[in-house]
Amino acid sequence: MKECRPGDKVVIVRVCGEGPVKRRLMDMGVTRGAEILVRKVAPMGDPIEVNIRGYELTFRKADASNIMIQKLES
Amino acid sequence: MAFRFALVGNPNCGKTTMFNEVTGSTQHVGNWPGVTVEKKEGKARRFKEDIKVIDLPGIYSLSPYSLEEIISRNYILEEKPDVVINIVDATNIERNLYLTTQLIELGIPVVVALNMMDALEARGDQIDIPRLEKQLGVPVIPTSANKAQGTKELIEKSLQLAQCVASGQLAGSITLFEEKIEKSLEELSELITPMLGQMYPPRFATVKLLEGDEIVTANIKPNRELIDAICEIRGQLEQEYDNDMETIVADQRYQFISKVVSKSVKKKLSVGGLTVSDKMDKILTHRIFAIPLFLLIMYVVFTITFGFIGTFTIDYIDHLINVTLADAVSTLLHDAGAAAWLDSLIVGGMIAGLGSILVFVPQIMILFFFLAILEDSGYMSRAAFMMDRLLRKIGLSGKSFIPMIMGIGCSVPAIMATRTLENEKDRRLTIILTPFMSCGARLPVYALFAAAFFANAQSLVIFSLYLLGMVIAIVSGILLRKTLFKGEAEAFVMELPPYRIPTFKGLMIHMWDRGKGFIKKAGTVIFAASVIIWFGQTFDFSLHMVEEVSSSIFGAVGTFISPFFAPLGFGDWRSSVALLTGFVAKEAVVATMGILNNLGEVGEGSVELMASLQTYFTPLKAYAFMTFTLLYMPCIAAFAAIKREMNSWKWTLFTVGYQTATAWIVSIIVYQGGKLLGLG
Repeated sequence: MKECRPGDKVVIVRVCGEGPVKRRLMDMGVTRGAEILVRKVAPMGDPIEVNIRGYELTFRKADASNIMIQKLES
Repeated sequence: MAFRFALVGNPNCGKTTMFNEVTGSTQHVGNWPGVTVEKKEGKARRFKEDIKVIDLPGIYSLSPYSLEEIISRNYILEEKPDVVINIVDATNIERNLYLTTQLIELGIPVVVALNMMDALEARGDQIDIPRLEKQLGVPVIPTSANKAQGTKELIEKSLQLAQCVASGQLAGSITLFEEKIEKSLEELSELITPMLGQMYPPRFATVKLLEGDEIVTANIKPNRELIDAICEIRGQLEQEYDNDMETIVADQRYQFISKVVSKSVKKKLSVGGLTVSDKMDKILTHRIFAIPLFLLIMYVVFTITFGFIGTFTIDYIDHLINVTLADAVSTLLHDAGAAAWLDSLIVGGMIAGLGSILVFVPQIMILFFFLAILEDSGYMSRAAFMMDRLLRKIGLSGKSFIPMIMGIGCSVPAIMATRTLENEKDRRLTIILTPFMSCGARLPVYALFAAAFFANAQSLVIFSLYLLGMVIAIVSGILLRKTLFKGEAEAFVMELPPYRIPTFKGLMIHMWDRGKGFIKKAGTVIFAASVIIWFGQTFDFSLHMVEEVSSSIFGAVGTFISPFFAPLGFGDWRSSVALLTGFVAKEAVVATMGILNNLGEVGEGSVELMASLQTYFTPLKAYAFMTFTLLYMPCIAAFAAIKREMNSWKWTLFTVGYQTATAWIVSIIVYQGGKLLGLG
């Protein structure tokens, strides 16, 4: 989901990667089937802020590239 | 009969407010994820039964990846509280229930406190509580801890449950996973249960062994046969679901939650709709306005704290202690016919020592008050969000930003704030770098020297020192990350809690909680140290009272170590002693300078002291001295905080050694470089 832009609505297909970072993302609700609304990109271009499962979460673009998504609408 | 209830919940779910409400004790309330780190206990009030309530750290999960998660998990498993009260933020129910699904597996009765119901209702959402209870298989009590609603019912219900369990009735269990997985768990459970004894509840152990949890596996020490069985089942499931076991389990938990939520929760707002908080956030983290706004906020905080209000309080208290109180006590002692040494000890040692710290209390309190506003409102996590990219360049993450910025106030709470960092390496690095942020106590030293030697450019010189500290922190960060702290920096996965208007009571508690430590330090460590300093400068090695400080113990020590500072431009014994006393408290450098120049206890505004300093300092030497003061080992209170947080003498000594070495090297560059450029 690295290519996503603010305003994009996507659904998670798969979370790749491994180890604590992946686990942390999943603990925070970034799991298959969850819908994500990309809110914004930080002023310096990274990290990004998303709305997932009704709350605001931030993670880096590098971690975002491990999240496989499907676009719902723009 | 005595009961123990443990409060468990996500950060920002109102757990601390609940704890305060139930126990009536005051406690730190924050809006920065992970603010409650220590285990806190209190007695439930308004109940005749003896109920102990334990506040566990705010956590998102029971996975073994962060210290706080391990603490909470171990507490529940080893101490076995009678009931786990799981606080769930009703406005953020999906993610909060994730922890609930894990808690239910621990084999301890769980009561869910569905908190922040007032906020939920204000939003127009609804939750079908009986239905939720049925789906989760545990009692659910709606509460609004901030309005003290539902808390009595919560404790009553927990008590009821605890009594049921005590009389042998066990709580039910729920089917969380898909049938295939549940069946595998059952199979495995039969093999595992006989090996467990009292160590772990069977279901928890089974899930964790299947997931490959290192801590649980190491404790159970499964035999060959069991390892094979686990591997086989794990292999089957991983193939079936085309993913690794941890992911499958997390997926399943969230699927279960989605089902629960879709049936029990009615939301008014569509997904991603804008709340007031979202609208505020649009401006505060705007791509263009965010950073100027951030700088403006910081500027306002620091101008108020270190500007007129701060200065006013310092002068006022300084006068109160060092003139009014000191004179009164002196007169009293004189009238009582006390010996000269006693007068010297009490007035010149104790009162002066305490005074040098107490003058900073109001300023520190003001700073903590502002930091509390920034934290409780939720702005701090946005600052971390904005600064992450910058900090990553020096091998840290946005989460290190809060401790760093707090370091400008005082290193002690700043070092304590590093607890929110999950990665041990990042935490250590942040602790090492934080004291380079020039703390408030160093300001009097700059103020004195800047006024004496850079009369026309005082604020510029002082500002340059703050900047120098930051530059050194950045350079050190890059350097240490490339050498001792090799490897990836911590991932930055963080919740951005909704903006909330901080309550005055909350702010006061927050401010007091931090400021209290500072006052305590003044009353204990610094009190003792000021007596030692007084002793060192009043007596010589044969324990005779001396007239001139130069012939005292400190004078001798200062003369002995002064060659060490000679290449830095301040080889005078008085400077050495002043720096030594700076280890007690940075502001003591000014006080010591006053005493050693035979001017008695004077403030940083003393004209006589400036004139005296001008006889053996040049502007370049003064700048080198200030540089050293900025960078060398922090005061004893910070040292104690470093020791506590590092939990290792090796790292603590490395930290202060690194800082002092850096101070020496940078000061020598400043002095010798300045001389080469013809500035000296």
